[in-house]
Amino acid sequence: MKKLQELYRTLEARGLSSAQRQVIERELQMAQQMKNPVLGHIHAPPPGSRSLYSYSDPETLQQQLASPVAGMVAAQSLDHLLQRDLQREKDGFPRKIRVGKLVKPGRDGSDKVVVIPTTVEEKFIHDQIREESDDEGEGEEPGEGGSGEGEEGEIIGEQPVHQEEGGEGGAGQGKGGTHELESTVYDLGRILTEQFALPNLKDKGKKRSLTRYAYDLTDRNRGFGQILDKKATLRQVLQTNIALGRLHPTKPVDSGQLIVSPRDRIYRILSKEKDYESQAVVFFVRDYSGSMGGKPTELVVNQHVLIYAWLSYQYQNQVETRFILHDTEAREVDNFQAYYSMQVAGGTQVATAYRLVNEIVAEEELTRDYSIYVFHGTDGDDWDTYGEEALPELEKMLVYASRVGITIAENGFGGPSRSEVEKYITKSGLLESKKELLRMDVMTKESTESRIIEGIKHLIS
Amino acid sequence: MELISQHAKRIMEGCKDRAREAGLRFQDESLEYVVTNRDLLELSPKIMIPTLYDYWVQDVEVLREQGRYELYPNNPYETVINTRPPISYYNDNNPDWLNVMIFYHVIGHIDFFQNNLFFRHTWDYDFNGRALADKRLVAKLRSEHGRWVDYVIEFSRTIDNLVGYFDLLTDIGQQKNDQTFTLLDYYFDIFIQQGPRASVSSYAKEIERYNRMLREDPQTGESRFLGSITEKYTELETLYHKKLKEKKAVGHTDLLQFLMEYSPFLHQGKNQWMLLVMEVIRSTSLYFQPQIRTKILNEGWASYWHEQLFLGDDRINGHEVDFSIVNAKVTSMPRVGLNPYALGMRLFSYLEDQAEKGRTGLEYFQLADRRKRDTFDQATGRGREFIFHVRENYCDSMFINSFLDQDFVDQHKLFVAGKRLNKEKMTWQYYVRSRKAADYKQMVADSLYHPPRIEVTVGEGNALILNHVFEGKPLVREFIQAVLIGVEFLWGDEVHLYTSDPIAAKADKEDESQQKKEKPKRTITWKRFRYTMKDRSLTKTLVD
Repeated sequence: MKKLQELYRTLEARGLSSAQRQVIERELQMAQQMKNPVLGHIHAPPPGSRSLYSYSDPETLQQQLASPVAGMVAAQSLDHLLQRDLQREKDGFPRKIRVGKLVKPGRDGSDKVVVIPTTVEEKFIHDQIREESDDEGEGEEPGEGGSGEGEEGEIIGEQPVHQEEGGEGGAGQGKGGTHELESTVYDLGRILTEQFALPNLKDKGKKRSLTRYAYDLTDRNRGFGQILDKKATLRQVLQTNIALGRLHPTKPVDSGQLIVSPRDRIYRILSKEKDYESQAVVFFVRDYSGSMGGKPTELVVNQHVLIYAWLSYQYQNQVETRFILHDTEAREVDNFQAYYSMQVAGGTQVATAYRLVNEIVAEEELTRDYSIYVFHGTDGDDWDTYGEEALPELEKMLVYASRVGITIAENGFGGPSRSEVEKYITKSGLLESKKELLRMDVMTKESTESRIIEGIKHLIS
Repeated sequence: MELISQHAKRIMEGCKDRAREAGLRFQDESLEYVVTNRDLLELSPKIMIPTLYDYWVQDVEVLREQGRYELYPNNPYETVINTRPPISYYNDNNPDWLNVMIFYHVIGHIDFFQNNLFFRHTWDYDFNGRALADKRLVAKLRSEHGRWVDYVIEFSRTIDNLVGYFDLLTDIGQQKNDQTFTLLDYYFDIFIQQGPRASVSSYAKEIERYNRMLREDPQTGESRFLGSITEKYTELETLYHKKLKEKKAVGHTDLLQFLMEYSPFLHQGKNQWMLLVMEVIRSTSLYFQPQIRTKILNEGWASYWHEQLFLGDDRINGHEVDFSIVNAKVTSMPRVGLNPYALGMRLFSYLEDQAEKGRTGLEYFQLADRRKRDTFDQATGRGREFIFHVRENYCDSMFINSFLDQDFVDQHKLFVAGKRLNKEKMTWQYYVRSRKAADYKQMVADSLYHPPRIEVTVGEGNALILNHVFEGKPLVREFIQAVLIGVEFLWGDEVHLYTSDPIAAKADKEDESQQKKEKPKRTITWKRFRYTMKDRSLTKTLVD
């Protein structure tokens, strides 16, 4: 907190506009309210409301039966479903298969990333009257049934909004989640690439040999082998016959008259091939300052999951990920879980994160073996208003990176004006001069999944 | 899936005898299957009907969000299905006493299916068999028309909650005194009472003339009278036939039926097969309608009886404790939440007790003295009879609205729980919002299944007009487009939907610190909008 105040003072000494001051003060205020990084910043929908119709006999009477719905997925193969969906588009109807909810916050903190084909059967049904400008869930919820003691107005129980997790920072549970992510993420990447027509990478960067061999029927051998290469054999037969003078250029070839020597037969045989694969490392960088709470974080993280999936597919799973969070300081976290769910209420300095990425790359000499991607998600606030510190770091990054993608998910606090990050990056001219390396995508708070995917196309194409 | 063992079946037959003695009525045959989890994977997307038609959405995880139970008028996961004979499903490792308990519960359901009047239209046939025929039909059509069958299924399913279930019940109720509407009826009931000559005396004169002719010659009197009026009013017969056609107008609030009856697109020769598919979807939906409208009643009834009958069963002595553990899980009132088993069962017990004491009649309700009310007891001995009456004639909304009173709420310490966010502690707080029966009743009523009412007419230029009757709630906006695309396809021309959307009127903004503490009051005004679907693109305009 002190550090923040100091930083604020130094910045102020350099001179701030009133709009900037407002932004900084708002974040400072948030920082005061909430001092420690917390997990699970997203207000889960208020817990507990179980529908009257969700009770069923097998569940209540024969407890052993687990609800089978989770296992319902894909009695037909995924490919079949996607093909069907593509056909829908050709027939002039909107697509129906969605790539499911990506991150399901579990009630006990064990968030799960599950990738499944999902769909909704639309019908005319009544809706709740929506809370238009209120995504904090402050509004009075519709009542539920209850029974037992208690006066009217008496509080009968509380449930924390942010679920505390046992142990340290949820790392234990996080791992399970990450593992699950790995197992499905490749599929998701494939779906994205195929269904949403995300481009394939043109140049996958440096190839690096692995100590892995593939066996392939590529070598040719005369006389014996596994598979007869008919075309090569026929060519050889013709050569032999020409050499023997049995064929004349002006006369048609009578194949019955050809002489076939045993050595003419050409086979393909199994051979050991060294496997060259390219590898990538992706830095996911996210602003986790107070102003990112709620929707902006969700958008950024969802987009990052999708990008990760796409890269996983492109690189055949040879993708390493690094997760970096920043407010006024940057830190690296171990896993996606932490990356997804941490929030701190501090200020925002983008430069620190870029510096950390540069340091990691330099220290570990990642440029030698990897293609490097950096994706940065932010709400666009930056105390470093003109990017004086961030831009040099960004330029440094562009030297080695295969692609830097910046996503700005507007938090809606600042009104319609463009955010600082957007301004200084546009102004720097890097978007033009390094068009092949740097991309920026600006989303509003209300963006939908399809908008996110549109954004990805822009970032990676 | 295999039949339950002979041993278990024998026990269950014993259960049936005991249930019959207690007054439950149901058919003799029933089928019990042992299912594994693997079987359930296949059964649950088919709503436990093993022979239901195939559809690709059954293979995809359907997003289970709020409102899901509004979308599907059926529970995907039932223990017993309303077929002839009824089929029920059991785990393979259930101990006998548990099977007995479950079977008593199942008997409660079967009795309810076969006696509650809201199920009247499912009594005359076996849905399982019908579904099998439908499944074969769909499979055959699919081999002829490929994916278009699935589109028709999809589009029909998007509107399968708009079926005229209550119209169907009305029709069944009126079938008994069904008389054909004759020319004579038309003449006296409508024709003669309209137009310039309409007066009481001329009406009476005509009646008199008709009676006289009938008296003179009972054999030919009527035809002579008819001859005389058709001669006099040459237009009479044409008008009568026109009227007859009008009478047949269907689907005023049943969009599926309306489309099947009047859609020009569906009646083109090459599209007529679609009607078959739509009928399958419609009849399936109608079949499930009563189930979701009697959830509390049905589960309450089954729970009431499994408790009564299990405790009275001499064969399972020694398992009372096991039973109570399971039973408590099923029928205990949650501290916060609404358990249909618990609520329904308590309400039945309460009603039985009330009726036993004669507290269901006028005499009791006219009593103003609270003390006298408390001690009121006529010892009628008619408690059971009364709950059987309720079981036969009520659905959930009637049940809740008629019987949920303050005494019941007090007796079981029920309340409406509220929930609010405490920003300082960052917790959700649950609190007792109200202990008034009226509020509790309202809360239960609000959570009951209630599809929107949509009136269908044809407007200018053969446009289909859907009028959503305003009931204080908007439609789910995201779904409108997809539904209308389907309706446009089935109708073959443009479609208009009139509905109301809430527009938030912003409260006056005071200074910001003030606003943070006090919740800004939200006010809403309702505006009527028209959604138009033409050539698969949606437009929205404000109408007044």
